[in-house]
Amino acid sequence: MGILLDENSRILVQGITGREGSFHARAGMAYGTNVVAGVTPGRGGQMFEETVPVFDSVEEAVAETGANVSLIFVPPPFAPDAVVEAADAGMPLIACITEGVPVQDMAKVARYLERRPEVRLIGPNCPGMINPGAHCKVGIMPGNIHMPGRVGVVSRSGTLTYEAVQQLTNLGIGQSSCVGIGGDPIIGTSFAEILRLYNEDPDTDLIVFIGEIGGSMEQEAAAYIKESVTKPVCTLIVGATAPPGKRMGHAGAIITGDSARAEAKIAAMREAGAHIVPTPADIGSTAEAVLAGMS
Amino acid sequence: MKLHEYQAKEIFARYGIEVPRAILASTPEEARDATRELGGQAVVKAQVHAGGRGQAGGIKVARSPEEAEETARDYIGRNLVTRQTDAQGVPINSVLIEELADIKKELYVAFTIDRGFRGPVMIVSASGGMDIEEVAATSPEDIHTEPIEPVLGLMPYQTRRVVSRLGLEGGQARPAAQVLAALYRIFTENDCSLVEINPLIITGDDRVVALDAKLDVEDDSLFRHSDLRDLRDRSQEDALEARASDMEIAYVNLDGSVGCLVNGAGLAMATLDVTNAAGAAPANFLDVGGGADDEKVASAVSIILSDPKVDRVLVNVFGGILRCDIAARGIVLAFERLNSELPLIVRMLGTNVDEGKEILGASSLNVTFADTLTEAAAAIRQAV
Repeated sequence: MGILLDENSRILVQGITGREGSFHARAGMAYGTNVVAGVTPGRGGQMFEETVPVFDSVEEAVAETGANVSLIFVPPPFAPDAVVEAADAGMPLIACITEGVPVQDMAKVARYLERRPEVRLIGPNCPGMINPGAHCKVGIMPGNIHMPGRVGVVSRSGTLTYEAVQQLTNLGIGQSSCVGIGGDPIIGTSFAEILRLYNEDPDTDLIVFIGEIGGSMEQEAAAYIKESVTKPVCTLIVGATAPPGKRMGHAGAIITGDSARAEAKIAAMREAGAHIVPTPADIGSTAEAVLAGMS
Repeated sequence: MKLHEYQAKEIFARYGIEVPRAILASTPEEARDATRELGGQAVVKAQVHAGGRGQAGGIKVARSPEEAEETARDYIGRNLVTRQTDAQGVPINSVLIEELADIKKELYVAFTIDRGFRGPVMIVSASGGMDIEEVAATSPEDIHTEPIEPVLGLMPYQTRRVVSRLGLEGGQARPAAQVLAALYRIFTENDCSLVEINPLIITGDDRVVALDAKLDVEDDSLFRHSDLRDLRDRSQEDALEARASDMEIAYVNLDGSVGCLVNGAGLAMATLDVTNAAGAAPANFLDVGGGADDEKVASAVSIILSDPKVDRVLVNVFGGILRCDIAARGIVLAFERLNSELPLIVRMLGTNVDEGKEILGASSLNVTFADTLTEAAAAIRQAV
């Protein structure tokens, strides 16, 4: 089963006629994803790859195709508009890939989304999500490294998530779902919310959790693990070598106080009973050892 | 992006926040003349992108124009090292000559984004003029944080509450409230990640004056602030970091000797951690990004190779949007252009990995391939 996506997911791509949107829409379709519509204002009436109708608005696209997941590739100045348009059309699940959305814009979008509890936003500045068992890929990850299975992966980043997946797949450990929640300071869905979904998913046995420096979302996740998560969690926190005050690529990966440091996050996770992955090279082997202990 | 104090104060003044009379000087003579113009006495303030200037000796009172000239001569052209800089410090290219203030009370006021609240907050304290992190650590009860609903903005009752928490009464209250409101407008209209006044002073005649000014603009919003973009002072940035940011490469200069080229911020941080765990130290963080072509990769590698402390280079590319053959071509280009013979450890995975390895293998570069992060760590240890 997995989380967020399944066989009934019908994907809309906002920005489908752009360079990135078209590339990833095509890659998703090649993976088996059911891409049912595209939206580019002013391009309504066109067909994408001869099979996917393009609409001027999300509202029209939803009415005509029953799309229920939106994948957004829209440049930063227009991304907040795209997210709110999708939410306003009642889209229950939105993944915003765009990197570089101004944080004060996201603060306002986040307030709007609080009034729409039926809408879940993943991102922005994220790789999206994938459910290998359902052949459904909503994002920019390479599909071929994944294999269906029973480990749930959640991370803030893109290529580091792929690294984790590759290590798991190399050991023959498949994934129920993989979600990248995004590297920005303000994002739609927190670590704790994804942990809750994995904890409730009957087809996930173990959770691989990859955090990083900046903010305190890992500590909130640790509190949630301690309180509610009954499944084993393997945790890697990266950025222990980062100097304070410097943005390490992600807008959110910046040490601004002690709780933003890797050591503080690792300590919170250890205290919550998570299995700590000692170095980024040990993600797969840590998961393997924990799984072996469970059977 | 950071602004200088004098630049931030120009913005403050435009929004109606009172700042002391001041003149920017870039030579000792200008500093002397400016002090004379301000009445013969002034504060000489080094203009650098770093906090902690006072404790680091970057702010001095001059009791005569000649004294200001002497201080400026000492400051201008040298580097200032503060607790917020590295050991080299940042260059002082100009000084702000400012009239002396009549201080009755010193306050702290700032606006920033609180990630937990997911919106702006106002932070105030009646203990102004001190290091706010120290106040937060020793007497947190002296700091008041006011969350602001981003759609509503700062409401008048909130400024009234804060003014009263600061213990301001009578003739001080209204101008203080006006400063807070103006500062919030500065924060939102200029997409700041931080605006801070420390200290905001109450003068002997109850005026409210911004004695210092700190303003950081959020990098991701610069596309809509071309006026602010022009205020960038590259001399305050690490030279390699400035070069990288011009090419939209995320790069942070570090202390070690292993140059790192990675695609993706998370994987780049992980690569630094792996390097450290292998007993070596990374020379830099570098995320070349997803949409890079061979020239951009070559530029990134050139930055690494022009860093004199680098004695080996580690490449960790998870090919996706960035294909491994393109990365390999860029790497070879840069090594050949710069005639570098440094050992190169390459860990590549994903799209077109075989072509990538072939290109590197056929080149004259001193390459060691690693298939996994564990192998990469072992190769780092052996490389020197």
